[in-house]
Amino acid sequence: MKRRVSVVECPGGPLLVRGADEVVSADGSVAAVERSVVAVCRCGRSDRLPWCDDSHKDRAKRKKKRAQES
Amino acid sequence: MIRLPEPCGPLSEGVVRALRARPDGPHAVAEPRAMGDVEYPLTDRDFQLALWMLYELHYGGFEDVPPEVEWDPLLIVSRAALERTLEHAVRRLVGPVSVPDGDITRALVKLTTASGPSEVARFLHRRATRAEFCSYLRERAVYHLRESDPQSFVLPRISGAAKTALAELQNDEYGAGEPSRQHQLLFAQALTSLGMTTDLTSYVEEAEGATLASVNVMSLFALNRRLRGAAMGHLAAFEATSSIPCDRILRGARRLRLPEEVAAYYDEHVEADAIHEQLAIRGICARLAEDEPDLTDDIMLGALACLAVDGLAGDVLLQGWQADRAERTSREAG
Ligand code: FES
Ligand SMILES: [Fe+2]
Ligand SMILES: [Fe+2]
Repeated sequence: MKRRVSVVECPGGPLLVRGADEVVSADGSVAAVERSVVAVCRCGRSDRLPWCDDSHKDRAKRKKKRAQES
Repeated sequence: MIRLPEPCGPLSEGVVRALRARPDGPHAVAEPRAMGDVEYPLTDRDFQLALWMLYELHYGGFEDVPPEVEWDPLLIVSRAALERTLEHAVRRLVGPVSVPDGDITRALVKLTTASGPSEVARFLHRRATRAEFCSYLRERAVYHLRESDPQSFVLPRISGAAKTALAELQNDEYGAGEPSRQHQLLFAQALTSLGMTTDLTSYVEEAEGATLASVNVMSLFALNRRLRGAAMGHLAAFEATSSIPCDRILRGARRLRLPEEVAAYYDEHVEADAIHEQLAIRGICARLAEDEPDLTDDIMLGALACLAVDGLAGDVLLQGWQADRAERTSREAG
């Protein structure tokens, strides 16, 4: 059976990915997918990249990040 | 199977007596304390313990209690009376429920983003002593040793995409095909690593009324089909306010150099609950509201109830730690 890979967008949050084997980051590091569905961070604030750790909701972190960027 | 807990008042005594009655005899909960006497059901240990035992008949049951008792009509009557009081108290605590434009996704996201890491998580992160951290685990054991079981009762009560999403979420809670990865077991291992028992009854006997209430509310919602919307809203709020606090608690465990098993439980939940939050809000609740728009307000009710009741249980714990610290200081000074 061909396995389907799907990506679901969560506005303001991560991408839900099903059926993938690994996530390759920009620096070339490879994270193995070990659950049937994973949340891939899109905001870049996670302490556990490439996975979402809900930091996209963390007010203090959002502020810190903005300060760093400016 | 677990042993029956020690009762702590007339209602829980009534239940224990009824459960111990002859298997073929009547099982009415004798002389329940007049419900009018239960002033604050959400923090009333006797009330919550009585209801917890009646609910437990639908989960693992008790040693020495015949299994037929689960559907004993007289006990169901008693359970319904306690449930009415609990539901009333929860609705009163929550207040009026509204979902602007019927947009449940937006309402749930807004509700669960506003609440940062709880006071309890902050305390465990930076201030708790080892003993205080362990007392937190003891309270939470009442739920985590049975983690996710209430919501499994909802599976046959919903359908379509919401059902698939709930099954997917539950699968992750139950180890995603790997029995040793069940979250209940991860928590039990954390307790064992600290030399603590995994006997649920021992924790129930020590738990605060509000802690028992936080678990009973899940059973109330999950075991009454009419409240399935509330059960799923509760799940969504729980998952969506878990990842960030679990990260704080994880740091607390590391600060106190607790065994790796303790850290492992919270570590797993930072990642897992960031996923479960999306599954619960977008996969379950949004689709359920689409299929059954009449459930929209109930979904919100469940979410608000989760935050309010768990918040109450957290406040009780914090007050307890503060009182213990004050007492210790005054004893040392005096
Ligand atoms: S998307 Fe959730 S932490 Fe980045
Ligand atoms: Fe879990
Ligand atoms: Fe979860």
